[in-house]
Amino acid sequence: MNSRIKKASRHTNQNAGLIFEKSSPGKRAFDLPPLDVPAVDPAKVLGGAHRRSGVEGFPEVSEIEVLRHFTRLSTWNYAIDLGMYPLGSCTMKYNPRVNEYVARLAGLATEHPYQPQELSQGCLKILSLLEKCLLEITGMDAITLQPAAGAQGELTGLLLIRAYHEKNGNPRKKVLIPDSAHGTNPATAVIAGYEVENIKSNAHGQVNLATLREQVNEDVAALMLTNPSTLGIFEQQIPEIAEILHRKGALLYMDGANMNALAGVTRPGELGVDVMHLNLHKTFSTPHGGGGPGAGPVAMKKALGPFLPVPVLVEKADGKFALDCHRKESIGRVKAFSGNFGVLVRALAYILAYGPGVRQATEDAVLNANYIRKHLEGTFDLPYTRPSMHEVVFSDALQKKNGVNTMDIAKRLIDYGFHPYTTAFPLIVPGALMIEPTESEDKEECDLFIDAMKSIAQEAAANPELVRTAPHTTRIRRLDEVGAARKPILRWKPAASRSEAAD
Amino acid sequence: MRYLPKSPSERQEMLAAIGVKSIEELFSSIPEPYRLKKPLNLPGPLSETEVIQYFQARAAENSAGYTSFLGAGVYNHLRSVVTDTILQRGEFLTSYTPYQAEISQGTLQAIFEFQTLMCQLTGQEVANASMYDGSTATTEAVLMAERLTGRRRVLVARSLHPEYREVLRTYAKNSGLKIEEISYTAMGTLDLNAVKAALREDVCAVVVQSPNFFGAIENLGPLADAAHGSGALLVVAVAEALSLGIVKPPAEADIVAMEAQSFGLAPSYGGPFAGVVATREKFVRQMPGRLAGQTADQDGRRGFVLTLATREQHIRREKATSNICTNQALCALAATVHLTLLGKEGLREMAEQNLAKAQFALEELEKIPGVRRTFSAPFFNEFTVELPRSVKLVNAELLREKIVGPFVVGSVYPELTKRALVCVTETTTRAEIERFVAGVRHALAQPL
Repeated sequence: MNSRIKKASRHTNQNAGLIFEKSSPGKRAFDLPPLDVPAVDPAKVLGGAHRRSGVEGFPEVSEIEVLRHFTRLSTWNYAIDLGMYPLGSCTMKYNPRVNEYVARLAGLATEHPYQPQELSQGCLKILSLLEKCLLEITGMDAITLQPAAGAQGELTGLLLIRAYHEKNGNPRKKVLIPDSAHGTNPATAVIAGYEVENIKSNAHGQVNLATLREQVNEDVAALMLTNPSTLGIFEQQIPEIAEILHRKGALLYMDGANMNALAGVTRPGELGVDVMHLNLHKTFSTPHGGGGPGAGPVAMKKALGPFLPVPVLVEKADGKFALDCHRKESIGRVKAFSGNFGVLVRALAYILAYGPGVRQATEDAVLNANYIRKHLEGTFDLPYTRPSMHEVVFSDALQKKNGVNTMDIAKRLIDYGFHPYTTAFPLIVPGALMIEPTESEDKEECDLFIDAMKSIAQEAAANPELVRTAPHTTRIRRLDEVGAARKPILRWKPAASRSEAAD
Repeated sequence: MRYLPKSPSERQEMLAAIGVKSIEELFSSIPEPYRLKKPLNLPGPLSETEVIQYFQARAAENSAGYTSFLGAGVYNHLRSVVTDTILQRGEFLTSYTPYQAEISQGTLQAIFEFQTLMCQLTGQEVANASMYDGSTATTEAVLMAERLTGRRRVLVARSLHPEYREVLRTYAKNSGLKIEEISYTAMGTLDLNAVKAALREDVCAVVVQSPNFFGAIENLGPLADAAHGSGALLVVAVAEALSLGIVKPPAEADIVAMEAQSFGLAPSYGGPFAGVVATREKFVRQMPGRLAGQTADQDGRRGFVLTLATREQHIRREKATSNICTNQALCALAATVHLTLLGKEGLREMAEQNLAKAQFALEELEKIPGVRRTFSAPFFNEFTVELPRSVKLVNAELLREKIVGPFVVGSVYPELTKRALVCVTETTTRAEIERFVAGVRHALAQPL
């Protein structure tokens, strides 16, 4: 087995307990400058009832212990910095380090959202330039940078749609969502006060126009469409879909999670989309950081502009920028302060580095996906054969015959030095292998991935048990998830830890 | 382009392997009329040096060189370089949500430690892996209370951060929630009698912030008793989490919604920060957001996984407890490292310094004729004072001295004109406080 694994070799990583288990009273890792005003007696100032003497159980360790603890923990993670991270629909691309540098600059990281706007012109200029760039990329008319992530962008978009319909006299009742959609879409529609109606994909994984025509009526507020779909296939009939909706007064919402297939090649605004969100932590390279932070700007056509969340960034006659909070028709605020500013800075740094060359990134992303598809077709089942954009979705149908499923293959990929692809999604492909290499992979890394996948397919036929019990090279094996959910242990406690500390 | 790892010949080789002549062929599924014919009109491409120069130029147009007395939900605190060193490790920075537990144990254990720290701080039994910020955490806490009680009225303290209230209103508008604001007393705390009068069988939650927007520390016990007496839940928002280093935790609360920005996160013009929802164990299945849990692998080794996912959108879709997916994981990691560095003693000392400096600032300000403390309740590092003239005018004078003055309370509370919300933290030196007080004195002495 080892000779077949070209990318990975085993290495030792060190154990570390919980930081609480290392604690010993009297140690500390941070010193404050001496207090330069008279000390006060907290009990006297706060009153005895409010005073707390200390936080029970808080760790007491030294600086070197903190650094080693978290450094050791970090070595237990896989990361883009270590290699390909082909998680479909997540767009795990290179996170340029200059973006980290500029987001931390004094004068940006130090700024308070309530400082006078005349002292914030630098921040506001950054926001304004990012707005302009994103409008150019999407072909839209207006934008808000406030939402903190894709799901909050979706909510903002649906609230805009609701406000638009309300102004026309009827908020409407339903939002249509294809069965291939991400789970956030239906969850969001409910918060916006809409019923969800699912629409079935046709045999090619596309929206069925005939059915859609029947489903769209004056009760439908919008259709939420991911394009390219979660199958990685471009929805070719999107102009027709928009027309069917518009004829009944409904709007087209586009989930922009897969914008990495389109930037610089086509513009949603010209395809008939009315509102869309972008995931800056996907397409625009801001680091995912183990789950966030992200940013989910929402771009829209002119008709929805009056309902933008406050504050709205405006350019005044003298060329200065200001945040306008007084907008009568606004949907209100979706988040405190001015969005995830630090994330927005990184996204602009990314766009400036590429300029119009952002198209080349899109082309390379699509090239990589198709290259992998070409080499793995036949080895793995391809349930939908329409041309792939930035990702390709196989199924485990061929390997299932030997009792090996997509999760097993994914776990075995870990032994080959790769992060797994997406397994649980899209729901319309049972046993999906959703592979998105992104433009950040060179040819050699793609070739190694292809080799690994072919090798696993052989193993699945010759030695399925090896695949079913993978991974074999990690610090820990597959974990008991059922037990974790049945008797949740969600925090460390001093008493319970003693028996467990032994491991 | 320096981020793209392919040479022109490699691209050709790959196209040939796919069996197409040009890259355009791979985009043939986009109908021809909709394919862009010309390059996007974007600035750039910029070299790394030019990118840095652009942002340095913007940074220079901001408040560099000014001393600030702003708080109001965003606080400037000391941060160790160790925190950022850890944060910039690629294994944390460039990893995804830890769904594949075997190669995400670093992130998962750090989340577990975060959840533990948040429980210890808030006096609650469980805490989630983070929300977007304090405002959405508060909103999600209210929606959670609605699910738990099946009731639709919410009593919200007028002293809850104005932007938190705005976000709650935006989310609540279409969920049938009815929001009623309850005013504050002369002490600056929530009016308990008004709460009692408004409490009926249809109230799902009483929402209060402590220390509240005016800086006043709330008396939570009687509020909890009143809420529980009519079957409602007490939701406590904490915007200045450092206060918990020295102020009794909101253990009486049923749900705590916290902003953790004070723990190692820069003000960064308003984000990214980290919200937290903490609650009682019995309510965990109605909690929004991700949770890491402890379990074991087949060899009995301790490990951590994301758990109780049936609450979440990727499993439950339209029946999920929230639509949140991406959260603020890296910010939560910053808080974890920061709090571990501070430790028990450091946290207490930092909190005590804030308390002492704010007391000193108030005493100095009160020496100015006509400057009076507005509310009598105890406070942590922020307090409201009344000035004999408009705060805006005083702030304009302070700006000349390179001081960003306090928050203008009257801008969001019309009944509180001439009130300033002054914030002083451990980062504010005595000399700066004295310069600020002299500036206020000078401004008030100017002819109108």
